[in-house]
Amino acid sequence: MPNGPVLALRGISKRFGAVQALTDIDLEVHAGEVVALVGDNGAGKSTLVKTIAGVGPADEGVIEWQGKSVQVTRPHDAQGLGIATVYQDLALCDNIDVVGNLFLGREILRAGVLDEVEMERRSRELLQTLSIRIPSVRIPIASLSGGQRQTVAIARSMLGEPKLVILDEPTAALGVEQTAQVLDLVERLRDRGLAVILISHNMADVKAVADRVAVLRLGRNNGIFDVKTTSQEEIISAITGATDNAVTRRKARSGEVAK
Amino acid sequence: MTTNVDKSNGGASNGGNKASGPADVNPVAKDAVTVVDPRLLVRQEGFRGYLTEFGRKMRSGDLGAVPVIVGIAIIWAVFQWKDSAFLSPKNLSDLSILLGGTGMISVGIVFVLLLGEIDLSVGSLSGLAAATLAVLNVNHGVPEGIAVLAALASGALLGALHGFFFAKIGVPAFVVTLAGLLAWNGLMLQVLGTTGTISIADDSFVRDLTAHYFSQLIAAYGVAALATAGFFLAQFLDSRRRKAVGVPSRPLSEILVRTGVLAVITFTAAWRLNEYKGLPLALVIFVAVLVILDFVVRRTAYGRKVIALGGSVEAARRAGINVVAIRISVYSLAGLMAAFGGIMIASRIGSASQQAGTGNLLMEAIAAAVIGGTSLFGGRGSVWSALLGMLVIGSISSGMNLLGVANSVQYMITGGVLLAAVVIDSVSRRTQRSAGRG
Repeated sequence: MPNGPVLALRGISKRFGAVQALTDIDLEVHAGEVVALVGDNGAGKSTLVKTIAGVGPADEGVIEWQGKSVQVTRPHDAQGLGIATVYQDLALCDNIDVVGNLFLGREILRAGVLDEVEMERRSRELLQTLSIRIPSVRIPIASLSGGQRQTVAIARSMLGEPKLVILDEPTAALGVEQTAQVLDLVERLRDRGLAVILISHNMADVKAVADRVAVLRLGRNNGIFDVKTTSQEEIISAITGATDNAVTRRKARSGEVAK
Repeated sequence: MTTNVDKSNGGASNGGNKASGPADVNPVAKDAVTVVDPRLLVRQEGFRGYLTEFGRKMRSGDLGAVPVIVGIAIIWAVFQWKDSAFLSPKNLSDLSILLGGTGMISVGIVFVLLLGEIDLSVGSLSGLAAATLAVLNVNHGVPEGIAVLAALASGALLGALHGFFFAKIGVPAFVVTLAGLLAWNGLMLQVLGTTGTISIADDSFVRDLTAHYFSQLIAAYGVAALATAGFFLAQFLDSRRRKAVGVPSRPLSEILVRTGVLAVITFTAAWRLNEYKGLPLALVIFVAVLVILDFVVRRTAYGRKVIALGGSVEAARRAGINVVAIRISVYSLAGLMAAFGGIMIASRIGSASQQAGTGNLLMEAIAAAVIGGTSLFGGRGSVWSALLGMLVIGSISSGMNLLGVANSVQYMITGGVLLAAVVIDSVSRRTQRSAGRG
């Protein structure tokens, strides 16, 4: 990467009462790069994402945004920086059409009145640039398939023109065809120069679209791997802890070594 | 649309997927079409497309106002056949005035139902508002205008109070408003004191609300013409603007048909009303309120937020919508409309009494909203359902009165109609879900 990372986490720690959920986590994401965040249940993936998204601020550690240290204590802060988070439960309103959902909470007004025409035009434009195909922008979300809903949710996060998109298990509940649609979309986000953090359980997805894989285990870094040069078995053993040895510890410490 | 294709293909979704292949190879066939999945039914241009779209909506359970309009047609036909006085100008004119009181309350209920909640207190609030108005004006000599504003304010404030307990404290709306039902009825009795019934002077402004008619022929026809022209212009300009920026627009033929239907309805109504005393002020007020609030629901960010809350509270919260504020405001609006309705009813009856706001007023207001097609499950409905539902309920009671049917039978029949409406709502909801439109 020519430039520095868009987002860099340095020594992030987070406690919930007696539980040390995150210990000294480091993570870097560059523009035009998809970093997969993987780990077993309870490894701290969601907690880490929440510290970035401002939902659950970290106790210790530094978040650097484009090289500068920033405070992210509220979701609003994250949005202001240009971090968009698409959560697993999609947060779309079933009864409202696609346009209404895309612009929910940031409606375009014209003389105090909803400007449906402009919103529809911008929706079509947005969906077109992302090559998202849905039957019509004027049908309720309820009529869409799971994959289409996920793509709409991701498209919606794009409206704020973010620099970093965090996708929490975007393919978890999807079929083969729909997963392919979402993965295509993730690649398109990368091609547009965005940084993407992809949380996934699915190794096939990770291998398909991610550039690097950051493994969390028990709230600690357990290796950052280059997808092209690492086998699936190595990643899985890092997740399960089967390779909890000196080599992976060294990799975790040096972070970018795998690159 | 999606699933209709899947259904008609009978699970041939594989074939459908293959069909999307060519589009992948050649995605730039037409600017506008790239967004659209080629598997899906695209609405045809022109009037034919409108008809097929309509049929498709019907089959997938998106019934809208169709059942209630059919219902009104049947009810009117039956009563007219039984008693030719039913569709007489006098009866229709009286009916149009009757609608306003309970109809106003029902409009507030529509908003609450859009949230997916319920408000049981509106009956009591309407009675309290009538009592406040009468006591202030008649007993204490407060000017009418101020008394009316005070009555409306009492409704809005107490409604906001319900909203506060529901939205901020988290008490179920059913319980909060049930408490309100009892408490405000008690307060009304307290306000009325020993007087019991307070009559409102016949020459007062409040009486005029339901007693005044615009008797010039031009008034009713003028309003009809204005409404028709305004509707056409709005649709036409919208369509032109859509065409200009290249998003799908209604064809002119469809706009003309819609305008034509509206013209027939409004001019027929104007003609019948002019046969009697002219255009009733009460109807003008009611329809004006409907038009304004319909605009609020469909065309403002506020209305969009209300509907979003009815769809998914969590999604609305994440979209940055202030859930508490919206909920309180909706309950306040319901209280305001209840007070307005209470004033209209007091105006029609000519007094505020201890019976005001009790009996089946509350049930009629809720029933009207539901019969008119607003879903009890939240997020779907229209302000106009208050008018349509009231037309059904009002027509039944008016027709039965003409035929001399006892109250007992009227209640049973209205109950049956309400059940039918809820059944249609539930079934259409299920059909919509199975058709992927839930």
